[in-house]
Formats: sequence, structure tokens, C-alpha cells
Amino acid sequence: MLAQYSDLLFMAAVGVYVLAMVLHAAEFAVARSAKPVLVGAGGPDTVERPARGERYARMAVSLTVLGAALHTASIVARGIAAQRWPLGNMYEFTSAICLAAVVGWLVMLRRSPVTRAVGPFVLLPVVVLLFLAGTVLYAQAAPVVPALQSYWLVIHVTTITISSGLLLVPGVASVLFLVRGAGWLTDRLPSSDVLDRLAYRVTIIAFPLFTFAVIAGAIWAEAAWGRFWGWDPKETVAFVSWVIYAAYLHARATAGWRATRAAWINVAGFATVLFNLFFINMVVAGLHSYAGLG
Amino acid sequence: MVTDTPVRATPARTPPPGWTALRNAWRSLTSMRTALVLLFLLALAAMPGALLPQRSLNQRLVDQYFTDYPTLAPLLDRVGAFDVFAAPWFAAIYLLLMTSLIGCVLPRTFDDARALRARPVATPRNLARLPHHGGGTVDAGLDDAAARVRGRLRGWRVAEREEGAGRTLSAEKGYSREVGNLVFHLSLVGLLIGFAAGKLFGYEGQVIVPAGGGEFCNTGILGYDSFRAGTLVDGTDLAPFCVRVDDFTATYLPTGQPDRYDAALGYQTGADLDAGRADEWRSFPLSVNNPLRTDGARVYLLGNGYAPIFTVTFPNGDVRTGDVQWRPVDQATLLSEGATKFEPPGVTDDEQRRTGQLAVTGLLAPTTSGGDVVTSVFPDLRDPEVAIDVLRGDLGLDDGRGQSIFEVDAAQVESGELVRVARENLVPGQSVTLDDGTEIRFDGVRRWVNLQISHDPGQVWVLVFAVTMLAGLAASLGVRRRRFWARLTPSDQPGRTVVELGGLARTDRAGYGEEFDRLRADLLEPDVVKDP
Ligand code: HEM
Repeated sequence: MLAQYSDLLFMAAVGVYVLAMVLHAAEFAVARSAKPVLVGAGGPDTVERPARGERYARMAVSLTVLGAALHTASIVARGIAAQRWPLGNMYEFTSAICLAAVVGWLVMLRRSPVTRAVGPFVLLPVVVLLFLAGTVLYAQAAPVVPALQSYWLVIHVTTITISSGLLLVPGVASVLFLVRGAGWLTDRLPSSDVLDRLAYRVTIIAFPLFTFAVIAGAIWAEAAWGRFWGWDPKETVAFVSWVIYAAYLHARATAGWRATRAAWINVAGFATVLFNLFFINMVVAGLHSYAGLG
Repeated sequence: MVTDTPVRATPARTPPPGWTALRNAWRSLTSMRTALVLLFLLALAAMPGALLPQRSLNQRLVDQYFTDYPTLAPLLDRVGAFDVFAAPWFAAIYLLLMTSLIGCVLPRTFDDARALRARPVATPRNLARLPHHGGGTVDAGLDDAAARVRGRLRGWRVAEREEGAGRTLSAEKGYSREVGNLVFHLSLVGLLIGFAAGKLFGYEGQVIVPAGGGEFCNTGILGYDSFRAGTLVDGTDLAPFCVRVDDFTATYLPTGQPDRYDAALGYQTGADLDAGRADEWRSFPLSVNNPLRTDGARVYLLGNGYAPIFTVTFPNGDVRTGDVQWRPVDQATLLSEGATKFEPPGVTDDEQRRTGQLAVTGLLAPTTSGGDVVTSVFPDLRDPEVAIDVLRGDLGLDDGRGQSIFEVDAAQVESGELVRVARENLVPGQSVTLDDGTEIRFDGVRRWVNLQISHDPGQVWVLVFAVTMLAGLAASLGVRRRRFWARLTPSDQPGRTVVELGGLARTDRAGYGEEFDRLRADLLEPDVVKDP
């Protein structure tokens, strides 16, 4: 019963996100057609948008907030329905990653409104992932196997989820940085500097959290599997992601690597996170095969 | 890691060329660029470990890979692609990286320690040129204004200097960033050493113990079914403790998904045994996320399964019971297979013995489907049934080759030395009688558990360093190293002071602005300033 509500809320959230994207797109279109009258050399944040475009953009953001609220409710309902922490299979896991990405994005937007034009590009992968979660990955709400019955599930998987979700934002910002660097969408996107800073700021929060999550995983593995680290495929790819994000941070402090190359590294980092989530869960068998895809 | 190598005093004499080359090699090894390249290499080198089957995880999948790719596999094998994390090239990368890291971080630490003792740098002439700046006139005399600035800069390292008729204050904050960075990188080294120590001095063994009183004592390698040890472990001084599996219960959801595994364990520590308390047992509830920790070792509940109990009554009236474990072939239903082997009793003649050995092999369903073809429909022990072949003849136990406890030697069957003499489905209590009058009865099923015993003296250090690493990381990413300057000059109007402010973030571009703006507001906007 509650599980059905959870599913309905999930679908509603996806619908609202899609609508928010449509409004963002409408804003783009309006701003585009109105472009000739606009003045301003300092990038889109200093360009006066026509009131209509501005209204669309605000509505898009409000809808994103609404979507996040529905999304949260869906996850909570799922947890109550299954009577456990709602991170027990890939459907739940992917859904929560997307929520973390959206919420992380909204928080950044609040702190730095000039990044608003990044919104649709955060929503796009979120909607795609949620679509996959709701279709291919979907699993009934059910209890989890003995190895997962531990408070470490809450600690490890929640932090992994939040950090993976947060890392989506720098991933998107870095892609946009590269897109902009290639000369596309330069009139629509925030300046390179803003994008670069967005990527960096979120990464330095998500990376320590990811580190914590991996350590928590190791502590759990020591209790559940008999060793804290065994180069299981999921552990190995987590290690690879970790090393790549470490390289990103180092690149940001190395002359000649700061901007474009750092952005590439960040994109590569997020690619390995996605790879770990999908490929390793679905193709490579390992101890982490709790995906519920049976 | 250093961005720009500080230039040290060049030696007066021209150094020998070999020395220069060495120093250059060291410099480039410890440069940030090299560290970056090594990080990429490390990430890249680890990937095959996730994509190709690894011997350390699953030998069977490696063998399968050899069958599937007969030309490619040997090539990959030659470069260690199936043992990535033990490969010399993998070790070379991380050892170089660690060296680079130490060579990079230590000199920088000395520089920082020096900087920590130095006074914050003098105020630049033109503060308006700094990325963050501001200015104004405040209603306060020079001393009051200076006191106000100092008061607002609590927690900063501040140096005050006279400058003409006025005064300057230079302040710096965020030294813990460098400390954090150092702690982070050194922790990585510590972590690696702890990891290596665990691999050298640790061991890991598995053993199957029957539930309902089966015992295992950690006295030597031979007691284990499988044993993996570090290079520096010879197995002669394992911590001698004993465990006894008093009971094992598995609970399942109606779908057959396991819900809980619990083993009631009794154990005796090495100290108990030394003190001669060999008949007292401490109890411990062993379960999947709850290993027993004793004598520097950990005991895990890794798996479980069933052992059918067969009683053989030989024609001469002798009775033998066998309850060796069978292995699950289907994890979802615990359908199991195995071979329970019997020697004819009281036979001294070798030839006779070799033709009279018995093996009961086949399938065991803990919850049978019923019908002629026995399969299991549920993993719990509800309604067991076995489908067995009884083989008689020479099991081949004496030919010196080790033999699997789960199956009979197929070569003996092929050569006709082992012949099938019966095939039956039995439920507990039922029996089958052979042509020579031997009766084989299926009495019931006993559970067994698979225990793993691990010892890793390095892991506590790995944990300690992981925690310090995380703390260091948080400090080095969360703390901003920043400078702040104020130049105070007496205004033309008496009792007022002209204040110029400047700020510079030393480490990254993100996020000094807001803090600076608050400082500026507090110092320049009179209504915001609370009088000290
Ligand atoms: C060395 C230890 C561990 C590491 C490095 C590690 C790493 C990771 C990483 C990186 C993820 C997220 C990957 C992704 O994006 O899909 C993850 C997810 C997960 N981990 Fe771990 N983990 C460890 C131990 C454990 C243990 C001991 C358990 C449970 C017994 C566990 C259960 C899970 C679950 C349930 C998920 C999410 C669900 C899923 O991937 O389908 N992990 N882990």
C-alpha cells in the first residue's frame, strides 16, 4: 500500500522534474529570440532577461524544489513500506543518488544564483537516471539479506549515495565548462570561472564524504566479509574513482592543469562513479551484488 | 605537494655530472606533474583488476577466461593481468607515488614550519590592487581603530607595524590547512605500510565445522580446509584458541530469501587453555555482521550447508555412520551434492578392502519437490530427501592423490573399478539394501557452518591512518589559507581614521570573498561595529 504511494510519488517527482526542464528550455528559447535587444558584455548573468524568461526560470527552480520534496517523500514512504533503511537495491540507490544531486544543486544555487542556467543540465542526467531506475532497475520493496542487516548499511550506503549524487553536480559543471570552452552555448551558460568554481566547491565537499564512505565500507567489510579490503570489483573501482578525484584536486594546484585538464579529470571521475554503479553492479559479479536485479 | 619548487642556494662548486642528473631526476620525481601522472597510472593500472577475473578472488573465473580466450589469456597472464594487485608494475607505481609524495611534502613542511615562525608579511603599498579590498573613514582615533581591527581579527596571526603617522596590521589565518595536508599525505604512507604489514604477517583460513557440537582448534595449518598466509607466516605459532559450534539456525522469508544466520558458539581463549580450563566454554552469538574477536584473530560465519547422515549396516552386522558435508550447488534452494564414503569394517586384506569400499553420492534437497526427480524448492530444512547412487569398488583413496571430499574419483568409475550398485530416492528413515545384504539408511540431515579465521596485525593501523587521513583531508580542503591587511592613517578631521583593507586567498580561488566582505562590513560600517 505505502509502497504504491512511494511509486506514485516517484513518478510525480519525475514528472515535475521534466516540467522544470521544459520551463528551463522555454526560458532558453525566450532569451534566445530576445537576444538582439540585449546588451551587456559580461556574460549571461549581467544580461537583463526579459521578464517572461525570468518568470519561466523562477518557475523552473520552484518546480525543482517541489520535485525534490515529492522525491524525498517517495523515498521515505519506501523505507516505511519495507521497514528498513530505503537503500537496499539499485532502484532505491539510484533514486537516492538523484535526490542528493538535485538537493546539492539547489543548495549551490542558493549560494550562488549566477549558476542558474546550469539547472536543466543537472536535471537532464537526473531524469535519465530516474527513468532507468523506475524501469530497468525497479525492484519491489523487500527486506534485505543478512549481510546487509547492519547499521553500517545506513552509514556506508547513505554516505556513498550522497557523495555520488553530489559528484554529479561537478561532473555536469565540468562538462559545461568544456562545452563552453569549445565555443558552444557561450551566450547561455555562466562564465567559465563560475562553472569551474561550482565544480570545485562541490567536489571538495563530496570528496571527503566519499572518502568517509569508502572507509565506512571497509569497516563494514571487516565485520561482514572477513577482510577490510579485498579488491572486489566494486572496491577496486571505488579506489579508481578516489584516485581520479585526488588527481583532480592535485591538478587544480598545478600550473597548466588548472582549468581545462582539471575539468576533464573531473568528468572522468564522475564517469567511473557511474561505471561503478551500473557496469559493476550489472555486469561484473562480486560481493557487492546486492542490486536486487536477480 | 609543491607547485613551484623553491629555489635553494646553488652550490659554489660545479657538482659532478652524475650528481646533477640524480638531483634532476629527484626533482622531477617529486614534482606535482609527476605525481599527477603517477596518480593516473595508478587508476589505469587498477582497472584491469576490476574488469578481468582475478586469481585472488575467483580462480574458477580465471580458468573460464582461459577457456574462452585461449590466445589472449596467456598473454594477459604473462603481464600479471590476473593478479593485478600483486603485480610488480602495480607495486612500482604506488611505491614511486609514495616516494614522490614524501619528497614533495616533507620539504614543503619545513618551509611551512619556517613560515609559521615568521611574522605575517608586511602590508602591500597598494591595497586596492588586491582581489579583495575596501576602504573608508571611521569615527575613531588611530589607537581605537587599531584596537577594533585587532579585536575583529581574533584567531588570526596578526603583526602590527608603524608606518609614518599611521599603522598597518597584517594578518594571516588557515595554517591548519598545511598541517592537514601534511597529515593527509603522511597518513597515506602509514596506511600503505599497515596494509603491507597485514599482508606479510596475516593469515586467513577456512574450515567447515558441523553444527551441534563440532569443534575446531586453531593449532596448526592442517586443521584448515584452506589456508592463505602472508609471506612471513609459517603457521607454527597461530594463536591457539578453540571454538565449538553448538547450534546453527537459519531463518528465511517466505520467498526463500535468507533473513538471518545465527550460530551459537562456544570458545576457549588461549589463556583459558593455558590455565587448564579446557572444559569451560564461553559463549558467543556469531552472526553475519558479528564476528568473534579473540586472541588477535577474528572468527566469521561465512557460509552454511547440509550434511546427510547415512548409516550403513554391513552383512556381518557392523554398523558405520557417515555425516560428511555436502556442498550447495544452488545458493537459492541449497540443493547440495556430495559423496559420503565408507570403508568396509574389519577387513585387513588390502585387495578385499579395495573392492568393498562404498560411496553414497548424489543430491540432497532440504525441502524436496517430491516426485521422481528430486529438486529443492526451499533452502530451509523442512522436508529433506536425497537422490543417491551407491557405488561399490575401489574409491582410489590409496593411490596418493588427494581426493575431493565432495565427489568420487571419476577415473575410478571410468576404469570400472567403481560400479554403481543402487540408485534410490530416500527420505529420512528409508533405506536401500544392496545385493550383498548391505543396508544403507538415510537417517537425517545435520547442518554445518563454514568458519573463516583471520588474523591481520596491520588492520588497526590501517584504521588509525584512515581516520587521520580523513581528518587531514577535511582540514586541507575545508580550511582556507588567507591574508588580510589593514592600513590605518589619521584623517584630516580629528578623531577619525582612514582605513584601507585588502585580502588575498593564498590557496585557491574559491570562497574568500564572503568572509572578506563580512570583515569589511564589520570594520567599516559604524552601525555594524559593536564597540569593544
Ligand atoms: C572495502 C570496502 C568497501 C568499499 C570500498 C565500498 C565501496 C562502495 C562504493 C564505491 C559504492 C557505490 C558504488 C556505486 O556508485 O554503485 C558502494 C555501494 C554499496 N556498498 Fe559498498 N564498499 C565497501 C564495503 C561494503 C560492504 C561491506 C557492504 C555490505 C555488506 C557494502 C554494501 C554496499 C551497498 C549495499 C551499496 C549500494 C548498493 C549497490 O551498489 O547496489 N559495501 N560501496
